[in-house]
Amino acid sequence: MNGEELQRIASAALDERKKFDYEVNVCMGTGCLSQHSDHVRDSLTKAAEASGKSCHVRRTGCMGLCAAGPMVLIEPPLTEQAEVRYGHVHESDATEIVDSLGGEPIARLNPQLEGYFKGQHHVVLENSGHIDPEKLDEYVEHDGYKALIRALTEMTPRQVIAEIAASGLRGRGGGGYPTGLKWDTVAKANGAQKCVICNGDEGDPGAFMDRSVLESDPHRVIEGMLIAAYAVGAQEGYIYVRAEYPLAVQRLTAALREARRRGFIGKGICETTFNFDIDIRLGAGAFVCGEETALIASIEGQRGTPRPRPPYPAVRGLWGEPTLINNVETYANIAPIIRKGAQWFSSMGTERSKGTKVFALTGKVRRTGLVEVPMGITLRQVVFDIGGGVPDGKKFKAVQTGGPSGGCIPEEYLDLSISYDALISAGSMMGSGGMIVMDETSCMVDVAKYFMDFCMTESCGKCVPCRVGTYQMHRILNAITTMNGTAKDLAMLEELCDLVKHTSLCGLGQSSPNPVLSTLRYFKHEYLAHIEEHRCPAGVCKAIAEGERV
Amino acid sequence: MTQSGDVKTLKIDGRDLSARADETILDIARENGISIPTMCELEGLSSPGACRLCLVEVKGSNKLLPACITRAEEGMEVTTNSERLVNYRRMIVELLFTERNHVCSVCVSNGNCELQALGQQVGLTHVHFPYRFPKEEVDASQDRFIADHNRCILCTRCVRVCDEIEGAHTWDVMGRGIESHVVTDLHDAWGDSASCTSCGKCVQVCPTGALSEKGRSVAEMHKRRQFLPYLTMMREGHE
Amino acid sequence: MSRKKLATVWLDGCSGCHMSFLDMDERLIELVGKAELVYSPLVDNKEFPPDVDVTLVEGAVSSEEDLHKIRAIRARTKCLVSLGDCSVTANVPGMRNPFPVIAVYDRAYRETATLDPGVPNEVVPRLLPHARPVHEVVAVDVFVPGCPPSADVIYEAVTALLEGRHPELSAMTRFGA
Repeated sequence: MNGEELQRIASAALDERKKFDYEVNVCMGTGCLSQHSDHVRDSLTKAAEASGKSCHVRRTGCMGLCAAGPMVLIEPPLTEQAEVRYGHVHESDATEIVDSLGGEPIARLNPQLEGYFKGQHHVVLENSGHIDPEKLDEYVEHDGYKALIRALTEMTPRQVIAEIAASGLRGRGGGGYPTGLKWDTVAKANGAQKCVICNGDEGDPGAFMDRSVLESDPHRVIEGMLIAAYAVGAQEGYIYVRAEYPLAVQRLTAALREARRRGFIGKGICETTFNFDIDIRLGAGAFVCGEETALIASIEGQRGTPRPRPPYPAVRGLWGEPTLINNVETYANIAPIIRKGAQWFSSMGTERSKGTKVFALTGKVRRTGLVEVPMGITLRQVVFDIGGGVPDGKKFKAVQTGGPSGGCIPEEYLDLSISYDALISAGSMMGSGGMIVMDETSCMVDVAKYFMDFCMTESCGKCVPCRVGTYQMHRILNAITTMNGTAKDLAMLEELCDLVKHTSLCGLGQSSPNPVLSTLRYFKHEYLAHIEEHRCPAGVCKAIAEGERV
Repeated sequence: MTQSGDVKTLKIDGRDLSARADETILDIARENGISIPTMCELEGLSSPGACRLCLVEVKGSNKLLPACITRAEEGMEVTTNSERLVNYRRMIVELLFTERNHVCSVCVSNGNCELQALGQQVGLTHVHFPYRFPKEEVDASQDRFIADHNRCILCTRCVRVCDEIEGAHTWDVMGRGIESHVVTDLHDAWGDSASCTSCGKCVQVCPTGALSEKGRSVAEMHKRRQFLPYLTMMREGHE
Repeated sequence: MSRKKLATVWLDGCSGCHMSFLDMDERLIELVGKAELVYSPLVDNKEFPPDVDVTLVEGAVSSEEDLHKIRAIRARTKCLVSLGDCSVTANVPGMRNPFPVIAVYDRAYRETATLDPGVPNEVVPRLLPHARPVHEVVAVDVFVPGCPPSADVIYEAVTALLEGRHPELSAMTRFGA
């Protein structure tokens, strides 16, 4: 494989598309599939054949608006005609959709998208919903693997690292560590057998960004890993995906097979001396395995528990060798940066948070789904303009970001512009990108209890503060939400938050008090109402006479 | 990179001390009679850094670091006994007491228990967090030993000694979080374990009454730790 | 100087702490000079009096009667002392806590009864779901762990409190001592 061959594949793919007047894309990501979008695709194919229209029905990945699934996107490929999107499509709509091609769009199926795409900017998701994730040719047609060839043939590993560093990209898994710096550390570390790992163990409640990227555009992640491996000098790579994502695993497996067949992975990649191979490792669903040292232990066949850092995996990682470990979304940003340059990337975002971020918008919001926005946009724009605000005339109360490690941000901070640092200063964090909207019917103590329950059951049990501290915190929250809490309990809760935050072994333990701390910071009156007045302001919690407490 | 022959100088609690490059803060503190509480750590075994009792403050680091695995660095300034650390340690010991059923007065290890001693060392007169009172198993199926999970603090010394010294790896941890338990083989009864050699090393390293010899009554279980440094020394070929 | 009012209480415990109290031997005479024992299983006084300076509580809070008593005692005591492991940690009375109360009753009054098996519903106070350390139920001012705390420890605790000092006991006693 070389640049010319790549060009040939791209033109052949384009020629193939030119044969059709219309392309009808059907989302076959997990969300829409659960609404039987496979049936929709089948009936659309049949209807297209029956009509005799020149129409290509394509399986694609996620189109973003999961709330309106199954989604269908009509692309008139080579004309200036606008794209048409349909939502809640049923297989019985197929004939009507095919008949309408070239005519007026069907108003009945319009998913009310106004504002949804305005304000979004797709980099990571640029191909999602537009290409068949299992077809390498379609990825190549959309500039796929160009960046790899460019890196391998025109750039030294040092130049690649310099480009990534200059782009200002920071880790998208939550911590926000500068990606270029991490690559540089691995590149400079001594080790005979360096390794590149993609962390796809997405476990935050309400988060599905990584799943969607892997399902919709697997080659983009593979290309990012290849460029990373070239930059740091690694020969083997692992994609660690949780087994609960069978579709992502299936598409990745297919993509890896295809990439290997075409010479993008294996030995002598793209006619250079660069060798690299990728294996998939399935996680058994332990949240803690998303923590990098636990993930590495899991790949090694050990019990998935974190170990203290330093040494960081960049110095001593998998099998004791220097290991680069980045999140799915981080790798998905690599190819565009190499293709379009660091300056293009760093022109998006804020001073210290560059580029875009994918969020999984869920909860009490009109338009649930996947959104990709430039850093620096406000939370209000995401929740109200893109998400359409809170449904059923209810009042917005808070938005939870950062999963169980994050916090709840109230109304008065909605104009906060999204960046790693701003979210931390507001008592939350970027996290991997879950964004859960809550309205006045949510009790914030109950929300804190929910996340603490998650942290307690997902604690690996290795260190004492997290193992027993989360149990004690959960016990107190349980007492408060059953109107059995006392002022003493509240003081103890604050004391435990401090202990667990500062003495736990890994990042998950250290951040597990965050949902409590942030709700205590902004919604302490709700805690006090439960404790002093035995009343839940949101009407969620009910008094339970707790026999065990006297 | 520094060579292992290098000598570092550092300050612990205001005292100027020297250290070999491969020494941990805990090693140096012990050499110099500075007491840092520990629990999961045991000389001769690997240190998981899990009990968090030996956390110390290091100037310039915003995180607390476990003394048992943090190597000495040139110019390091370590504090081992700030009010904050003392407070955290007391709470961690309290959490250990609440986790299972530690009824010292009727325990085989009463008077010879590291958890009990630790409680006294950190000045614990009572536990202000509520006790869990979980229902735990007692496994007396082994011919010579008893595993009483009421007393287990999950320090994993048994797991490590069995794996690293005996080489049997009979013990391991099962379950997550507060549900974690040490188990023999694949959660078989200890007496049915095919891998256990009945060597008893796990019993001797266990800090509490969780693992004991059969036939011992209250306060009669004395652990014999001497074998561990001896074995390590002989295996490494030192004098 | 008027003598301080001292009381001792026996909740769910074995009375070993009271035995240890008596083990102070001749020092008891010295104590009587400093304090008047206004309520105790050792003296014949049916009502817990008001304004007690120091009350030593032996035993965990296990029954409805214990609960009722300790609340009243707390209200009438300036300095409440948890004496011994049962009141500090629940100790042996707490060993029933992993089991449901009904199973405890069955064991005691049915399975092992030789005469007239059945759970008594008169005279014997009802058990609470858990035997609890005293400080989980009411505020406690001083803790004296030990099973039982030695006479020396009790002497140090009581004399310090009568003199208005906070006793420093952690080097002298511990859980299970």
